[in-house]
Amino acid sequence: MTTYSSGTPVAAVRLSSARRTAVDRAGDPILRGLTWLASAVAIVLFVALVYKVCDLAGESFSHYGLSFIGRETWNPNPSTKTYGFGAADFLFGTAVTSFFALLIAAPTSVAIALFLTELAPRRARRPVATLVELLAAIPSVVLGLWGLIVLAPIMSSTIEPALHAVLGWIPLFSGTPSSVGILTGVVILTIMTVPIVSAVMHELFGTVPGELKEAALALGATRWEMVRMVMLPYARSGMVGAVILGLGRALGEAIAVALVVGNADAIHTSLFEPGSTLASHIAAEYQGATTSLQISSLAYLAVILLALSVIANLIARLIARRAPLRLGAGVGGPE
Amino acid sequence: MSPPAPTATLAGRLMGDVRLRRRRALNRTMETVATLAAVAAVVVLAVVFVSVVIKGIGAINLDFLIHSEVPFGQSGGGIANAIVGTIVLVALASAMAIPVGILVGLHASEFARPRTAAAVRFALDLLNGVPTIVTGIFVFGLLVVGHTQSGYAGAFALAIVMLPIVARAAQEVLSLVPATVREGALALGATRWRAVVRVVLPTASSGLITGALLAVARAAGETAPLLFTSSILTTTGVSTNPGQTLVSIPLRIYQLAEGTSPSEHSEAWAAALLLILAVLAINVVARALYGRTRARMAAMQ
Amino acid sequence: MDDVPEASLSPTLPGVHKPAPSVRIRGLRAYYGDAERVKGIDLDLNANEVTAIIGPSGCGKSTMIRCINRMHEEIPGARSEGRVVLDDVNLYDPSVDVIAVRRTVGMVFQRPNPFPTMSIFDNVAAGPRLANRRRSDLQAAVRTALEGAGLWQEVADRLSEPATGLSGGQQQRLCIARSLAVDPEVILMDEPCSALDPTASLRIEQLIDELKRRVTIAIVTHNMQQAARVADRTAFMLDGELIEVGPTHHMFTSPSDPRTEDYVTGKFG
Repeated sequence: MTTYSSGTPVAAVRLSSARRTAVDRAGDPILRGLTWLASAVAIVLFVALVYKVCDLAGESFSHYGLSFIGRETWNPNPSTKTYGFGAADFLFGTAVTSFFALLIAAPTSVAIALFLTELAPRRARRPVATLVELLAAIPSVVLGLWGLIVLAPIMSSTIEPALHAVLGWIPLFSGTPSSVGILTGVVILTIMTVPIVSAVMHELFGTVPGELKEAALALGATRWEMVRMVMLPYARSGMVGAVILGLGRALGEAIAVALVVGNADAIHTSLFEPGSTLASHIAAEYQGATTSLQISSLAYLAVILLALSVIANLIARLIARRAPLRLGAGVGGPE
Repeated sequence: MSPPAPTATLAGRLMGDVRLRRRRALNRTMETVATLAAVAAVVVLAVVFVSVVIKGIGAINLDFLIHSEVPFGQSGGGIANAIVGTIVLVALASAMAIPVGILVGLHASEFARPRTAAAVRFALDLLNGVPTIVTGIFVFGLLVVGHTQSGYAGAFALAIVMLPIVARAAQEVLSLVPATVREGALALGATRWRAVVRVVLPTASSGLITGALLAVARAAGETAPLLFTSSILTTTGVSTNPGQTLVSIPLRIYQLAEGTSPSEHSEAWAAALLLILAVLAINVVARALYGRTRARMAAMQ
Repeated sequence: MDDVPEASLSPTLPGVHKPAPSVRIRGLRAYYGDAERVKGIDLDLNANEVTAIIGPSGCGKSTMIRCINRMHEEIPGARSEGRVVLDDVNLYDPSVDVIAVRRTVGMVFQRPNPFPTMSIFDNVAAGPRLANRRRSDLQAAVRTALEGAGLWQEVADRLSEPATGLSGGQQQRLCIARSLAVDPEVILMDEPCSALDPTASLRIEQLIDELKRRVTIAIVTHNMQQAARVADRTAFMLDGELIEVGPTHHMFTSPSDPRTEDYVTGKFG
């Protein structure tokens, strides 16, 4: 940096700076190339992942074709007559657990986000928001352990009997309460999705222009009426996106669900019964895969799971991308 | 259409009426519901945390920390090998994911055209949405089939989980670096890479660290990617050789939780306590750093 | 359920003269946290008149009128004290309901802020719907309010279109219609023309002139020509205090306070 000290010949200065720019000239393309390569890695990884998982599922796919999706068998013992694999039980389990988890998580998240944007005292906002987000940071295996040992006994002793007593006439709540089962999985998935969904919604509600909220209040709306009149319609499509994002998370959770869902390959109408999801079943079989068809069938489950997650992600992104456009066009208006 | 004298209705109007009281009651109900929801979320966090502390603290002692697991059926044993295994796995995964993730962020902020940057962001979001158990299956197919499970395979799977977190955080925080800062360096005759190394990266450093820490916390708590890649134990005892399988704390908790004996469960709680403390601590530090970055960026703009 | 007082308060037809209440402000102070922005103001808004409030930016004029319909207290950390008396009812009296205050004292904001997710009709109907107005009444109420805001002719055939498709001036008149639809006695306007072009501003000014037959109006403006055109009386505020109030022509020709004179002659602000 101090090349221009007195007495240094001009030529030397020129030369040294020329040499420096030579290094620099190489530096720029190298950095550009490295960053390009890194970005390419990100894209290639995803493509390779899709390819490899599909490739692993090849044997099962050529064996069963698409009928795999509808088959209700999962019998890994090759010496028995019913040996064979299918995804139906796990698709059912995934659909039921995710659906009910989001059914609870979506309104809860809206409520939490509204509390954070509209009700919480200013000083409490940040801490409460952080605590809710920390809920998402709990490792899923810890939550699963808690679900299995703390929550599950409460489910069978208190919550499920209470639900059965009040709502037992609905097939969903018929049957005998049990500690592990679909409903316990639903509760765990709810706990896992609420922080994610509510964080997105909190951010979303923060984008509702204050002047719209003021307009509603100035019309004599109560705070809740203001929420219904202005905030929910304004944020609606983003809220749908947030819920689908949560759905993607719920679909793919393996470990926590595997610990509490009961791991039974069966379809029951009662939520108290044990079941399995695509992800939890793959996790539960990690040590038990023996035949190559079984491994391939696990990969087939992974392909289905991957497809569902990618679709959920795409839909969430599509909605999220459209939302600001629509709103942007709405708020600005010709002036 | 002949309203009474305004003053006669005015006082009454301003008192509100039955309907208004009903609207207020609904409002209060909804406010209560919203508050309860937030309280419930915080309570669940507290209950989980306190359960882990209460059940775990009794089982943690020096023996537990310095001994490795013992073969099934024997009593005693600890998680020393799992602690070391987790550290090695996460360190390896970080060594892969963090530099690549920051380079991806730099690509978006310094070089890429908007369309390219959007495509990369899209791929990262998709990658982030891949269930981690599927990531495990992918690495199983890529590195384990035809070979054996290994710490490398496990670390690679964890790196795939980390990459989108690091890269998205890097993209976000680097895009927040004010253009004036970058242009200032370039105007002084600095080349792009010097500007990046001397100005852009230091400016964004705490934000980049936040992203990296969040990814580390996430990887440290992941079980699913390791099930098919680094779960079958070949040696007992502490090992730092990623050529062999390495046990990690989350995996150990999973295995212990699936066990049936009380001693296994108490070991699981103890391991869970260690894990949750580490993960929450990293998260809290990361968030604190992020708050500082945002404040600094805001001050610069 | 059916005999709700508000149901009888359907919007007054345009052009019909209706006596509106006067507003007496006494000892009004407003704070943001610890900062006092309105420092004890006494001001009368005469019934069925337009009172303009002028003053340099940050003098507290917006804050002051936001205290009249108690919108000021919606800002976290903000509070106010003093009395705002509508005819003989103090709006800050504990027996008075703040929701009812806002339905009696309407407000039009600086930037047109129609609800972007609603149609033109729904924007105007939003207020009446809060009071569960019956459907048939709603149609009439919306039409009357739009007529009152001089917008009916322009939008009658596209009531179900989004409000954001209107021009800025139309949007602002829609906002006026929206506040008229709950039949307020007083309307507060916070620089209602600052986001509009001159033609649209003129249209709003004409509307203000018509509206004062049925409501009492306070308008905050930074545009002194506008104050001179629309206001019966003008109040000059400086640094949270009311310096002077009087008939508009008097304020602009022979103000009694030198600071008012400096401001209206453009020496500062």
